[in-house]
Amino acid sequence: MELKDKMIEYLFIFFNQTYKILLLLVPVLVSVAMIVWLDRRVWAFVQKRRGPNVVGPFGLLQSLADALKYIFKEIIVPASSNKIIFILAPVITMTLALISWAVIPFSDSFVIANINVGILYIFAVSSLGVYGIIMGGWASNSKYPFLGAIRSAAQMVSYEVSIGVIIINVLLCVGSLNLSDIVKAQENMWFIIPLFPMFVVFFISALAETNRPPFDLPEAEAELVAGYQTEYSGMMYAMFWLGEYANILLMCSLGSILFLGGWLSPIDLYPFTIIPAPLWFIFKILILFILFALVKAIVPRYRYDQLMRLGWKIFLPFSLLWVVITSSYLFYFDLLPGN
Amino acid sequence: MIAHSIFFYFFSLIAIVSAIMVTASRNTVHSVFFLILDFISISCLFIMIGAEFLGMIMLIVYVGAVAVLFLFVVMMLNVAQQKNEWFSSEKNSTHIPIGLLVSLIIFLELIVVVGGWKHKPEILNSSTLAISKEITNTHLIGNILYTDYIHLFQISGMILLVAMIGAIILTFKKRDGLKRQSYLKQISRERAEGVEVIKVKNKEGIKFDV
Repeated sequence: MELKDKMIEYLFIFFNQTYKILLLLVPVLVSVAMIVWLDRRVWAFVQKRRGPNVVGPFGLLQSLADALKYIFKEIIVPASSNKIIFILAPVITMTLALISWAVIPFSDSFVIANINVGILYIFAVSSLGVYGIIMGGWASNSKYPFLGAIRSAAQMVSYEVSIGVIIINVLLCVGSLNLSDIVKAQENMWFIIPLFPMFVVFFISALAETNRPPFDLPEAEAELVAGYQTEYSGMMYAMFWLGEYANILLMCSLGSILFLGGWLSPIDLYPFTIIPAPLWFIFKILILFILFALVKAIVPRYRYDQLMRLGWKIFLPFSLLWVVITSSYLFYFDLLPGN
Repeated sequence: MIAHSIFFYFFSLIAIVSAIMVTASRNTVHSVFFLILDFISISCLFIMIGAEFLGMIMLIVYVGAVAVLFLFVVMMLNVAQQKNEWFSSEKNSTHIPIGLLVSLIIFLELIVVVGGWKHKPEILNSSTLAISKEITNTHLIGNILYTDYIHLFQISGMILLVAMIGAIILTFKKRDGLKRQSYLKQISRERAEGVEVIKVKNKEGIKFDV
């Protein structure tokens, strides 16, 4: 009898969690499709084109049509490739892009796993993301994918360093690694105001970390065909693509949690507080994403040595200097949290 | 508690099997991938005993940075097609005694640790350690590391820095004939020193000294 009760309890927890996870993942996947459409529309808007506007109202269903095409295309596995790793690579990319959403808080109460080391978890998972690209590039057993993979490995490792130091800056002001605590610490002032230079460095590093233009060297189409994705087709290509855009959304949400006050409304007054917290969060993510899309349209691609120079010789010393400035300011005025 | 032990045995099984596969697999790149799997399952074990900070740092440092560099080196050296001939070829047989010696030492150390644990369980019993639920272990580690052990911590940082500088000096080669891009020079160029307007006389042309 006791065993049966326990089984029912376990099953209840299991279904409850599955329901919560689906409630998060399905909107994330749908919004990835929508965000691809938005990206292309913004890009077209800047270049005075129309962009996708045929399928559905305003072309909204373009991404779904594309996805349908990918599903029905044949998956081609090159004969000389390392087959297991070749198939594993897109799976890993997409899984890693989706599991980070477990710790993102959408409001005070809506978060799947409110863990103590939330920010470290996101940082760890995003540093694992490089493996999908390296595995895909190596297993293709072809020149261009391999070159793209090597480039992206060096690029992502370099920019992770500066993102890590920027996160330290924010953590010094919060005193906790929990993402909900980071948002709650910004109730009086968003961190974008005292740490504005760090926000700019974070934004540029996030562009490099997600292989977005102007740092899209791993898939620079003029030199490397399509980089590590060259040999992929059909559903496997679509998985890379989904993972990439889910990562971009994740970076935007991380930026809004660290600097733009997450789910908090800009002013704690009547007309602003009617809008529910998750909507504010989504709104901030969208603003950051539109910035991402604008940068893609405006800025030309960096050369590889310029990219490395920017990461190691400018961003790393600059953000380290800001750690010193932030910590000495907090120490001098006795503002350090946890005292 | 049952679920806890199921997860424990699941992760430790993966850790042990992948550790064996690191040495057993013939393809070097596969070995590195198994090493990564090993790191990941060990960090899961860290998280299971409540040391979530150590687990995450393990993921970030070893999987996110060190293993990427391993993979980098292994892929660039193109040793993927090399056959595992340690025991068959005569050329490499000199490595075997050293390897045996090292593994013997590690085995003896393990015997000392496990033997001490069996002899006096309270010495090394990690499960009875009081892990506070109120203070996160990030705070606890910080409190110990930056107060009691600050000198050791700083010294280990200095040793790593010295090792890094040494590696850079060993591999650094000054090459001649390189054209380096100087941003300051490029930006501070004026029109007067870049462009010269010359009146060319008809049917005479001009000569340049380049």
